[in-house]
Amino acid sequence: MINLRDKGAEFWDRSNRPVRVLTVFVMLAAIAALPYASNSFLQTPIAAFDAVLVYPMGIFILMAMGLNVVVGKSGLLDLGYVAFFAVGAYTMALLGTHTGLNTWEIMPFGIGFAMLAGLILAIPTLRLRGDYLAIVTLGFGEIVRIIAVNTEKIGGALGIAGIPFPPGLGFEYQLLDQKYFYWTVLVLILIVIWIVRRLSARRPGRAWEAIRQDEDAAELMGVSTYKYKIWAFVFGAAIGGGAGVFYASRSMVIAPDNFTLNTSILILACVVFGGMGNIWGVIVGAAILGYLPDRFRFLSDARLLLFGVVLVVFMNLRPEGILPRKKREKKFTSLQTEEGAK
Amino acid sequence: MFDILRTQFWSLTLSGIALGFIYVLISMGYTMVYGVLRMINFANSEIFMVGAFASLLVGRDVFHYTMDTIPPTGAKLALVLTCSLIASMLTSSLVAFLVELIAYRNLRNRTSNRIAPLITAIGMSIVISETVRIITKARAIFAPRILEKQTLFVFHGADIRLDSMITIFAGLILFIALERFIKLSRLGKGIRAVSMDEDSAKLMGVNLNRVISLTFIIGGLMTGAAGFFYVNVYENVKYNMGFSLGLAAFTAAVIGGIGNIRGAFFGGISLGLLEIYASAVVGTQWKPVTVFVVLILILLLKPNGLFGEAVQKTRV
Repeated sequence: MINLRDKGAEFWDRSNRPVRVLTVFVMLAAIAALPYASNSFLQTPIAAFDAVLVYPMGIFILMAMGLNVVVGKSGLLDLGYVAFFAVGAYTMALLGTHTGLNTWEIMPFGIGFAMLAGLILAIPTLRLRGDYLAIVTLGFGEIVRIIAVNTEKIGGALGIAGIPFPPGLGFEYQLLDQKYFYWTVLVLILIVIWIVRRLSARRPGRAWEAIRQDEDAAELMGVSTYKYKIWAFVFGAAIGGGAGVFYASRSMVIAPDNFTLNTSILILACVVFGGMGNIWGVIVGAAILGYLPDRFRFLSDARLLLFGVVLVVFMNLRPEGILPRKKREKKFTSLQTEEGAK
Repeated sequence: MFDILRTQFWSLTLSGIALGFIYVLISMGYTMVYGVLRMINFANSEIFMVGAFASLLVGRDVFHYTMDTIPPTGAKLALVLTCSLIASMLTSSLVAFLVELIAYRNLRNRTSNRIAPLITAIGMSIVISETVRIITKARAIFAPRILEKQTLFVFHGADIRLDSMITIFAGLILFIALERFIKLSRLGKGIRAVSMDEDSAKLMGVNLNRVISLTFIIGGLMTGAAGFFYVNVYENVKYNMGFSLGLAAFTAAVIGGIGNIRGAFFGGISLGLLEIYASAVVGTQWKPVTVFVVLILILLLKPNGLFGEAVQKTRV
């Protein structure tokens, strides 16, 4: 099967600076122009195409990038990621309806509370072995939802309605035309890409990589594994919380049913489907898995079934995902000879 | 707050133990697979759901019982129950076998990536539950009345009911049979060898693929039996019923130290009792929260589960 990641890396290595800048600009322009392509074959049958671009696709990409730091980079299996998303969304819903703060002022609170939740979960659980971590996070995700359902003060099972839109900067966010939401989420995605790439190249990124490959060896080499595992968790939670704030502000109404285990699993599927640890793969994976169920609405009842079949078949064909993580040793050999050897 | 617990203590205890046995049997599907593969069998909740449906269908479509027909008695009752039990066990083990074949085997030979099989298993679980959802139109199906919920005798003011007693005794027999099988038979020895050290077992001539298939099948048999008991006690099935029971059964396996079948036995019973007591004290809606708080406490204080010591020596 063709190796898309190597082809992309090869192109990138060969081209000089102007070509790279041009490529990035052309791709960004094409992606930013997507809302205008709503009459093409991309059109989703029931939901409006520009709305699908924001949620699920854009928000899934944000969450998948956050979960990728936890699962893909550090190798910690988190099955309750939706909890942080929920914390962010509920922070937005409560502060947005009870105080005069706007979305961007609430954003730091949402991220902060999600990080706090991540810390509370991380301190007792990250000392456990990996498999136990999976079940504890799974339980945590469900507990957050059950608490939301059973607490009348935060809306109970009905949730919270009337959450304000973000304030426009010379334009108005609209429900029927979600172009501005899409461009905003695009900016958020670019910011997160930038942060994650900077972190990956520095000490935390290398510590996460070491923990994923061999925790004991990393500990022996002087990496404070517990500390960096907590950091990975809290950092992932921060992105989830930020995505939650934006989601609540766009959707106007949230309910505990928006934050079920299915969402956690779907985001995890995005990460693995795209290629764990590789941020571009994760973005592609999240875009595809967010888009497919809405595109195939005409299958209505069977679309989740089809989703399951796609997961099983695809993972059997390409267990490392669409764009797998770069193998470290490939850096030192010429890509040319390796392609030739195949 | 504690009034219900005090006045109905024995009745709650009995239903707690019966629920506990259902958890014990489902948790076999998790703990055995974990013992040999070191992986969570994510589709086990769906394997349970399919078993429950098979048991219901035998009573409804093979023996033509409905909600209004007179429940059978004596030999006829035994015949219907045995047929349902066998049908649910066989169906579940077949599904478990297929799950292993499709979701685990191919990937095991191709990649060391431990999360990929998890995703295929989640995919299989979606496929199974969605198929059932489409067939049943997402409605709960009520089981025909086969086992009359008659009271056998009264113990300290608690009705000792037939269905609970059948669950407890048959569950106990199945568990002991499984335990003896693992301990004494040649195939059981193979399972224990693989769970201790996969590579050495392979070198000693153990057929790895066969042992792993067998583990899934045995786990499926037990999980299917749990489906049968569930139908007899609760009398309805739904496409998404596997989720909450599967989660609780997994918790039971973890409490007992995952990979350890005796541990899972005590984990299942104590979790069943805990759930019933907790819902009597704090209300049913908080039940999952109490269960998980206890789980986290146990993991904090005894990270290998209550029987973690034994896990090191006699896995599975």
